[in-house]
Amino acid sequence: MAATEKTIKQVSTLGSSDYKYGFSTEVDEIRPPKGLNEEIIKFISAQKDEPEWMLEWRLNAFKVFNKLPKPQWAKLNIPEIDYQDCYYYSIPKSLKDKPKSLDEIDPEILKTYEKLGIPLKEQKMLSGIAVDAVFDSVSVATTYKKQLSDLGIVFCSISEAVKTHPELVKKYLGSVIPVSDHSFAALNSAVFTDGSFIYIPEGVRCPVELSTYFRINAMNTGQFERTLIIADKDSYVSYLEGCTAPMRDENQLHAANVELVALDNAEIKYSTVQNWYPGDKEGKGGIYNFVTKRGACRGKNSKISWTQVETGSAITWKYPSCILQGDNSKGEFYSVAITNNMQQADTGTKMIHIGKNTSSKIISKGISAGKANNTYRGLVNILSKAKNARNFTQCDSLLIGNQCGAHTVPYIESSNSDSMVEHEATTSKINEDQLFYCQQRGLNSEDAVGLIVNGFCKEVLQHLPMEFAVEAQKLVAISLEGSVG
Amino acid sequence: MLEIKNLHVSIEEKKIIKGLDLSINKGEVHALMGPNGSGKSTLSYVLSGKDKYEINDGTIDYNGKNLLELDVDERANEGLFLAFQYPMEIPGVQTSFFLKTAINSKRKYLGQSEMDALEFAKLMKSKAEELNISTEMLKRDLNVNYSGGEKKKQEILQMSMLSPKMAILDETDSGLDIDALRIVSEGVNKLRNSDNSFLVITHYQRLLNYIKPDFVHIIADGKIVKSGDYSLALELEEKGYEEISQTA
Repeated sequence: MAATEKTIKQVSTLGSSDYKYGFSTEVDEIRPPKGLNEEIIKFISAQKDEPEWMLEWRLNAFKVFNKLPKPQWAKLNIPEIDYQDCYYYSIPKSLKDKPKSLDEIDPEILKTYEKLGIPLKEQKMLSGIAVDAVFDSVSVATTYKKQLSDLGIVFCSISEAVKTHPELVKKYLGSVIPVSDHSFAALNSAVFTDGSFIYIPEGVRCPVELSTYFRINAMNTGQFERTLIIADKDSYVSYLEGCTAPMRDENQLHAANVELVALDNAEIKYSTVQNWYPGDKEGKGGIYNFVTKRGACRGKNSKISWTQVETGSAITWKYPSCILQGDNSKGEFYSVAITNNMQQADTGTKMIHIGKNTSSKIISKGISAGKANNTYRGLVNILSKAKNARNFTQCDSLLIGNQCGAHTVPYIESSNSDSMVEHEATTSKINEDQLFYCQQRGLNSEDAVGLIVNGFCKEVLQHLPMEFAVEAQKLVAISLEGSVG
Repeated sequence: MLEIKNLHVSIEEKKIIKGLDLSINKGEVHALMGPNGSGKSTLSYVLSGKDKYEINDGTIDYNGKNLLELDVDERANEGLFLAFQYPMEIPGVQTSFFLKTAINSKRKYLGQSEMDALEFAKLMKSKAEELNISTEMLKRDLNVNYSGGEKKKQEILQMSMLSPKMAILDETDSGLDIDALRIVSEGVNKLRNSDNSFLVITHYQRLLNYIKPDFVHIIADGKIVKSGDYSLALELEEKGYEEISQTA
């Protein structure tokens, strides 16, 4: 059989069996009945022991949600979602009263994280990375808390921050993504369960990577992540999130809102390795990943950089964006999105230039295999006051096989004449001669594809924190090859 | 080592190789010379297993195995190496990383453990020095923005690191200046031993001044029309393809 044909065939036969995070954990869960209504929201708020103002905020968001239509712009085939046929809250019983130490945590849950490569126990903790582990609707544990608090850094679950740092939460929650932004944003605001909260005080450079690991375990349960990161003046933080879920036949919803705020001279680097269960090769099951991520460069000379490696999920709908308000502020978006089999992704970014001398850079690499569809959708908007703004956009698409699709939808709006916007786009099929060359050097067809695709993504992968770059390279190869790394 | 019998090959219905026989034993260097379109490169691709070529008839035995049944990477890992006429660029993949991946693919195939990083670095350094390839070059993306000569040297570096049993050099001399030609030839000569074999495909006799073949074959219109020793190359240089082919 011809080499390329064979590769394509191999890639297409990869099914869910190659998803190595597909196991589930047996734990007793506390779950209110299915359905979305005010009672459920009150239940969530009560479970979290939230102050009154938080509940009011949620109920208001629910009212907004009920008025908003589902966003329609994406080139995605999204089945009608029955919001009433979903659980909105699920926590392991053992975590009901927040365990005070790791010894009190159900060993099954600790084992889950260990299997995922995220040990939480002190002696095994990943060096140089502080982890907040979120299991379904609740944060299990946060490592390195003490060391960080000595520097004045707050790194905890958002539920905890609502109680311990209400002034910061009140000030910034919803300030970057208004509740009324679109229906998924409103839904998240009404029912968000857990996520991370980070505050880096003025002048502090966070010495370790901060990381959240999201795990969806329970069946039929939506996960509504809410993350808020605030970098005060002259501070720096690098944050990484990872996501996995068991293999289940029904679709599950992950609707996240992530807000970043960078003040004067602050820098936030936000990296995502998204590996939710993608569904089987016929498209059964998998996570619907509807994510709103937005960063505000509020201060002058501030910088927000998004790096994402999107390999999982049945549907990915995600546009990490930057609002460049501060003069001289910078926004960056580096993305690798891989879709295989029946996966669909519509992802990109928005760069809104408001301040003077603001600049943005977009590097997007889309890889499509099987019958998958992959769309880059981006907006570069330069407002009239953004004198001397700069944008550079590069979108490259790689197709493997002839049943998949790649689409590039760039919107560029410029309201002043001093600004400069550059856009480059390429679409190519995986080069047969390159494959042949690699195979003639002894690489099997899967390794050859992995090597070439990793080369194609290098510009993006090199922006990941060192510790994760190697893992991400393997993941890129695995999601196309099925060879267990 | 390699035994080709009555080989017939076509591409998209067009017959390229029309009954070719060639036998190469261990320790021998064979030169294959012929004009453009005679089927030289096609033969190198068929031997290495490139798709799109249809084998209409004939057999190829490689060390007791039916070569035509092996996949491209199996052939490579069984020691068959093709130095490409036009080596491919692979953006984003560092040359040294590519070399390491190739070596370890072969070791894995042979059931050996991965080469130790230090051992690899030493091997690469010594082989690169022999070919006058700088370490800076090994850090660059494979073949990207390499000159023609640099690409050819890179092919020979890969060959010397993989130490194949059967190496096919497809017009390795094209695009080389005289200094590069000498370095590349020396690299090849160093590899020659009683256990391996070479098939050197070229237009010109010039390369054969440096790599002395044991046998010279002239291919025309998909068949070997004349075989001889080194003197045949000299005769060809004098008389040209047309006359030699006619007298055959």
